[in-house]
Amino acid sequence: MDKKTHSLQELQTPPASSKIFIQRDYGSGTICRFHTKLPSELESRVDKQQFEETMQTLNNLYAEAEKLGGRSYLEGCLACLTAYTVFLCLETHYEKVLKKISRYIKDQNEKIYAPRGILFTDPIERGLRVVEVTIFEDRSIGSGR
Amino acid sequence: MKSCEYQQIDPRALSVSPQSAQSHPETKAQRPRRKWEVFPGKNRFFCDGRIILSSHSGVLPLTLGLIVVTCGLFFAFDCPFLVEHLTVFIPVIGGVLCMFVILSLLRTSFTDPGILPRATPDEATDIEKQIDTSGSSSYRPPPRTKEILINQQVVKLKYCFTCKMFRPPRTSHCSLCDNCVERFDHHCPWVGNCVGKRNYRFFYSFIISLSFLTSFIFGCVITHLTLRSQSGKSLIQAIQESPASVVELVICFFSVWSILGLSGFHTYLVASNLTTNEDIKGSWSSKRSAEDSGNPYTYSSIIKNCCATLCGPMPPSLIDRRGLCLLKRRPLLHTLQRSSCLRSQPRMTQTWRRTVRTSLCPAQPEGAPCWFMCTQSTKDVLERMLYSSDFHTVCPMGPSKTTPLGLEVPGSMGPPRAPAICPRHAIPESAGNSCTTCGRSRKDSLHSINPAFRLASPSPSLTRANMALSDTQEDGFIPFS
Repeated sequence: MDKKTHSLQELQTPPASSKIFIQRDYGSGTICRFHTKLPSELESRVDKQQFEETMQTLNNLYAEAEKLGGRSYLEGCLACLTAYTVFLCLETHYEKVLKKISRYIKDQNEKIYAPRGILFTDPIERGLRVVEVTIFEDRSIGSGR
Repeated sequence: MKSCEYQQIDPRALSVSPQSAQSHPETKAQRPRRKWEVFPGKNRFFCDGRIILSSHSGVLPLTLGLIVVTCGLFFAFDCPFLVEHLTVFIPVIGGVLCMFVILSLLRTSFTDPGILPRATPDEATDIEKQIDTSGSSSYRPPPRTKEILINQQVVKLKYCFTCKMFRPPRTSHCSLCDNCVERFDHHCPWVGNCVGKRNYRFFYSFIISLSFLTSFIFGCVITHLTLRSQSGKSLIQAIQESPASVVELVICFFSVWSILGLSGFHTYLVASNLTTNEDIKGSWSSKRSAEDSGNPYTYSSIIKNCCATLCGPMPPSLIDRRGLCLLKRRPLLHTLQRSSCLRSQPRMTQTWRRTVRTSLCPAQPEGAPCWFMCTQSTKDVLERMLYSSDFHTVCPMGPSKTTPLGLEVPGSMGPPRAPAICPRHAIPESAGNSCTTCGRSRKDSLHSINPAFRLASPSPSLTRANMALSDTQEDGFIPFS
């Protein structure tokens, strides 16, 4: 059978959406880190530097959440002494940073990516496996994936 | 570019469509379900998702019973004598240890060990496309692995057929719980749960404190019996006066060796940043390849390894047990009522903004109505695209190209010439004819009905639309079939 592509204008149809997934980067171990390279499907829509900056900021925020330092050790020791019941009452540092990440992604979506028809999904909604990027297309559907 | 007419769809009107109400019985609102109620793994949940337990709870009741019974006998029969003859701190220390043990045990058993949620259908399709470049599909593809470099060392990631994703490093699939667990250590029948990234520290504190408790009780009972037999009585007489002590002695004697051994083993694992799973498999053993035999996750310092494993930041649960699922409905029929023979096209930028703006509502577990609306507006856009009267202009693929890429999709291998029903008007289409009401061709019906179509790679427009629609399945929507 023939496989053709038609421009959206010909079809007179509303914009479709496609999704691309930015996978985790395990080069430094099991810490939460995503690839920062701009996917080919987004090359025409987003500035490479802007994208890399967004991804790098996300990576930095996750690194902050998982940082092994005085604060995390103190939290761990306090939890151990209270037989881990303290986590039932208090919010952990990780959870606080996750909220910060949600706000950052929302902010980036509103200011930079939504006007270009792109939507970043918070990785926590995908189990920190991928950064799901939804592309809303209004032009030839032959572009992208 | 043609100028497009913007037509706004009022979401409120979608829910009161009489035709859809009579055409399908499930359109009325249902109680929003929490995600734990639809969790695919073999777990049990209590307290509305707050407590998670494996379905194979093993001998957890026995473990609890042994600890409670032993401690109870200790406080009842040994402590009065020891308080009188030694010090009052004995029951205090015993009490603190007992509390610590029970709390650690409960925390280990009732905590999510680090379960990874399964891949969404979109993700699974994306991964399938990357793997299966040849296009041919077999019933079960060979085991898939991906090699990556971690700290200059080659590590193989395996593909999990159940969870439809490449397992992150140190993650393993527990067959008892049917979940992929991060930093999987082992499935412990004594605690009735997997031991993984999130509850390893609880497990370790449980076995360490239990070692102390067992040793303490063992020592106290020996002291008790010795003191009794010293005051002019024989050992037999002392035992007769305090028979419960014998019971405690037997329990502690047989458990102290195994628990001390286990504690020592896990102390070694913590110090070298290994898991039981890795140690048993010999993943980083020096007997393997001489070049890449080191553990890539170790910090090369015992103290740092211990701190990282036991005192590191507490990662969150990834499965969002108490989040709300979207209500199950048939969105296509609702939308079709509004979009029948819709030929106009919303203005692109406005549609984007409306769709994207409403999609920006934070996906909070309690904010289900907001998220419902967000997804609904996005889906409306996509469904209108699929079922508009101009759909048939997109060239359909033949049956051979709708073969799924090795994924298990029910009904995916349905006959290509299955009788089709026009989804818009529920009118059966005779072979070769199109629906008389909307002119929709039979081939279009085949594409919409055949769920395999979502996973195969026909024309790009249909791929995206169907892939986006497959979200509806993930989110609790029943796709039209």
